[in-house]
Amino acid sequence: MINTASVLLDGVSYGMLLFLFSIGLSITLGLMRFVNLAHGAFAMIGGYVTVSLVNLLGVPFLLTLPAAFAVSGVVGFVLERVVIHRVYREPELQQVLFSIGLAFAASALATIVFGPQQQPIALPSWLAQRISLLGVPVGASRVFLIGVAAVAAVLLVLLFNRTLFGARIRAAVDNRRAAEGIGVRVGRLFAVTFALGAAMAGLGGALAVDSLGLDPTMPFKYLIPVLMVVVIGGPGSIPGSLVASLVLGVVDTMFKYAVPDVGPFVVYALLVGMLLAFPRGLAAIRA
Amino acid sequence: MKARTATRFAPVLLLAAIASYVLFPDYLALITQIMILAIFALSYDLLQGHTGIVSLGHAAFFGLGAYSVAILSRFGVTEPVLGLFAAGAVSAVVALVLSPIVARGNDLTRLLITLGIGSLLYEAANRARAWTGGADGLSDFALSPLLGVFEFDFLGRTAFFYSFAVLALVYACLLRITTSPFGLALAGIRENTTRMRAIGAPTARHIAVSYMLSGAIAGLGGAVLAQTSHFVSLDMLGFDRSAEVMMVATLGGTGTLHGVVIGAAGFGYVKDALSTLSPKYWHLALGIVLMASVLLMKGGIAGALARLAAWRKR
Repeated sequence: MINTASVLLDGVSYGMLLFLFSIGLSITLGLMRFVNLAHGAFAMIGGYVTVSLVNLLGVPFLLTLPAAFAVSGVVGFVLERVVIHRVYREPELQQVLFSIGLAFAASALATIVFGPQQQPIALPSWLAQRISLLGVPVGASRVFLIGVAAVAAVLLVLLFNRTLFGARIRAAVDNRRAAEGIGVRVGRLFAVTFALGAAMAGLGGALAVDSLGLDPTMPFKYLIPVLMVVVIGGPGSIPGSLVASLVLGVVDTMFKYAVPDVGPFVVYALLVGMLLAFPRGLAAIRA
Repeated sequence: MKARTATRFAPVLLLAAIASYVLFPDYLALITQIMILAIFALSYDLLQGHTGIVSLGHAAFFGLGAYSVAILSRFGVTEPVLGLFAAGAVSAVVALVLSPIVARGNDLTRLLITLGIGSLLYEAANRARAWTGGADGLSDFALSPLLGVFEFDFLGRTAFFYSFAVLALVYACLLRITTSPFGLALAGIRENTTRMRAIGAPTARHIAVSYMLSGAIAGLGGAVLAQTSHFVSLDMLGFDRSAEVMMVATLGGTGTLHGVVIGAAGFGYVKDALSTLSPKYWHLALGIVLMASVLLMKGGIAGALARLAAWRKR
């Protein structure tokens, strides 16, 4: 029983990380129709920011999280303004190639700068300890991770549903031409949104160093689950992505614990099976 | 126009192969690798360049061909040519079975499905250690001399001519296929599937046949690699290889047979040169070139050649 609860908690924390990794991709796909296979690179940037600050400069872990968020966001903003916005008009295949190229380059740069090995991180003692949650002993870092991700998700939903900025984005998603017609500067909106998505991934990458590890293969490692979240949740839908991430995280973790031999198959089989049943994704059914 | 260039290029390809054999006898292994890459890239080009079906898991068929050779040799199929065609057949059958899955949906779901299927197969091969050797790969399979006469020698001469023969065969077949009415139907599907359906073309069947042929040729490529290197490993099935073939076809110029072969030659050479320097620089250069090619060089090498020809005519 206690074991099940802790596996469940692991699954939820993995799901929350998937949510942070994928929400930016989901928004950019929904908003700009940009298939960005390099989105994982932003998670990697966040991870390396945190690791470098903690291990080299001795900055407290908690302070590195906003730094990871900000650095990934700035890198995303600059990349979008300099090159990525030119690729929006290209067909999907060209976008895929471009983003694979970007991911390769990012991964190689990380290898050159940090080396190919896993990056260790020393968490502060209040995160490294085990605490008792409703009588179940759990890692404090998992609870912290879930908390941070949940706060980020709520803030994101509020931003999209309750602010003018969010209203502009929703308008641009629904009808880009009409939104431009009433004076929404869609190009700038895209850049800010892209940066926000990159920043969320960066935060996720920073939080993930402890549980998932960090090495230069990061941009490709979680590509499939992240794409699944986007397709299942429906591009552009925050609640959809959150639900999809949690379900996928819990199912994947459960199977890896319960039946280690077939565990890795489950995600891929789910992906293929789901796309066969719903070729247009679950969002198309809802709509 | 493209087909005519591809036909004219055929003797050039032949001459280039002979010249490379005479001029670079020390690099036969590399040239063999490049020719195998060209076979694989041609198979992908039939699918993506001529039919307009994208795939992020094409290495599945390449790897299937390679593993088929190794596993079939345990059952006594050690003759290379027999093994080659058996491997092609295995890949063809699997591709045909999978084609209904690929024929539906749009580009994005196709990318995901092929990525998923490729990963499933990779994971399956990783687990089935008894058959595939898992992460260690397979090298203990027997191969009899080619056609009963030519041993695969240490210098790689047999491997060179064997790979070249398969490449030439594939090139000729694809030239014939893409200029046939069936090939034109594929081009129609690439340009506008809805309209093809409206004029009564059996698009799903055409896509299935194209997918099967493409899978079969990829299987041939994998089989040749397994036989000439006498080794099969998981990376022949992996995502990197699927991404690589997509890049080769794009850099060379999708939908142009000659461009794809030139692309494979350039890609293979630069990969070898930079990888000996350091794999990380290779990946960095690859990423940058790929991004630049999307932004600046539309139509790849073949597109650039065509523009050059048009410019000279003015």
